[in-house]
Amino acid sequence: MIDRSESARFYEGGFGVAAFAKVVFLGMVAVFVLTPLLATALGGFKSLGELRVNPFGLPNQWEWEHYANILGSTRYWRLLLNSTIVATLTVALTLVVASMAAFVFAHVKFFGSAMLLNYLTLGLLFPAATAILPLFIKVRDLGLLDTYFGVILPQVAFSLAMSVLLLRRFFKDLPDELLEAALVDGCSYSNFFRYVTLPLSGPILATVGTITFVHSWNAYLIPLIMLNSDSLYPWPLGVMVYQGEYSTEWHLVLAFITLTILPTILLFLFAQKYIVAGLTAGAVKG
Amino acid sequence: MLAISDGSRLTSRRWRPRESSGRLTVLLFFLPPALVLFSLFVVMPVGEAAWYSLFNWNGFGSPTKWVGLDNYRFVLENKAFFTAIRNNLLIIAASLLLQLPLALVLAIMLADRFRGAVSLRMVFFMPYILAEIATGLIFSFVYDGNYGLLAGIYRWFGAGDAPHLLANQATAFPAILVVIIWKYFGFHMMLYIAALQSMDRNIVEAARIDGASRWQELRYVVIPTLYPTIRLSVFFAVVGSLQLFDLIMPLTGGGPADSSHTMVSFLYNFGVTRMRVGFGSAVGVILFLVCVTFALTYKRWFMRND
Repeated sequence: MIDRSESARFYEGGFGVAAFAKVVFLGMVAVFVLTPLLATALGGFKSLGELRVNPFGLPNQWEWEHYANILGSTRYWRLLLNSTIVATLTVALTLVVASMAAFVFAHVKFFGSAMLLNYLTLGLLFPAATAILPLFIKVRDLGLLDTYFGVILPQVAFSLAMSVLLLRRFFKDLPDELLEAALVDGCSYSNFFRYVTLPLSGPILATVGTITFVHSWNAYLIPLIMLNSDSLYPWPLGVMVYQGEYSTEWHLVLAFITLTILPTILLFLFAQKYIVAGLTAGAVKG
Repeated sequence: MLAISDGSRLTSRRWRPRESSGRLTVLLFFLPPALVLFSLFVVMPVGEAAWYSLFNWNGFGSPTKWVGLDNYRFVLENKAFFTAIRNNLLIIAASLLLQLPLALVLAIMLADRFRGAVSLRMVFFMPYILAEIATGLIFSFVYDGNYGLLAGIYRWFGAGDAPHLLANQATAFPAILVVIIWKYFGFHMMLYIAALQSMDRNIVEAARIDGASRWQELRYVVIPTLYPTIRLSVFFAVVGSLQLFDLIMPLTGGGPADSSHTMVSFLYNFGVTRMRVGFGSAVGVILFLVCVTFALTYKRWFMRND
């Protein structure tokens, strides 16, 4: 295997003006991206008075108590717990339901299979927002308003289309001989699914799981409409409420924002390759 | 009779071994959960939106007050709705004219491995995975006229008091466009980088040997091979614009004077918060038609071969 990146580069720098311009340009974009994030994190360490005169720089006096107070409050942990419950259950249900359906579409020929697959693909064409009012009424009539499942079930339903398509393609690409051999040996379809397909499908399950988790973790519209009790709010709703309460005390709001996005950033730093591959590959193939 | 049918089932079983392997069981147990969930929460609500949009209804009891197409007329007579459509188009324009070229240039610079390239890619991608709500709140701090970063920059240059960008009708939406570019260019950049890395570099080398200049090489070799990815990225930009909502709420909530709504935030503000189910459903149906028409025509015209 030749490392092709060593031959024919797309962008040959050298040491001239062009290379210098490239470094300056990349640096400017990096500053554009990072400044708001760093200023937010640092802002949480400043007093309101200092924030007013020094929004950019390091704090003259590091005030740890804003962060400490939030970390010591049940409010913060409650929000993260709610988000974790909703996102985890959404991912688990999506993976189970979508992989079973995808297995049927990949391996079982039956009348109407293509039609049903097209039916599911409809879900890729429009966002949840288009029918949010009837969705609200449906969830209310099912008695699921203001429960975790009132958020989870619609989220699963809206992630099904892409998940089934991605999983089906992967299942279909597994060698046919496996299934034939298993059937001849008397293995049932459901056992084949459980003991052969799923263990071989780690990468695609991780991809679908990542996409679903990130969407659910960051979701705002569906929880906003389905939940009334503060005690059930996931963090995007909670941080909005917090900002509403302390709207003029930016130093507190900034500390709260920083702590609520911290899990996302940590997860990203530890699993960046996975997340990037999952989100971009998922988008392309879906 | 029983014996015969049993016997025939046995023979058929012998001749079609697949039936004994639980094919029917799988069909009956594996497919319905997905189909039921999908029908209940995705397809039926769209149909119901079309039905509810013909009523004047506050969501309680059942819809009885038939108003025909009046809700659609009210939507189309609402100035804020056209502002919202204009804003959606502005997002698309900003994506195509600013965001995608930026993403493309950065992708070409960062597709090769060199010191720092991977870290820079990650830095540029990071805003994409942050929640839109958090992004919106961060930028409402950035734009804050008293405490924000913009105010800091104004003081630095001794320019006096900073403008409150988000409170001004002329500047609120352009300010939102900057946030959109900040948040999404990294995603498009990653799409291009993935495409560039799977590209056959020999053709680049061949062009170079044939004496192509740097510009010719990009213009006639690299960018044409990216066309499928560019079409895909345009598709995501448009779809993203049509469903943009979360970012608007923390930044402006659609204000001032309903000048910065998108179609979804318009729907939320005028339909959901006031529980005008008929009106909101009519907006939803219009949005649905726009999305489906766009997706189908775009796929047919531009992505046929991909």
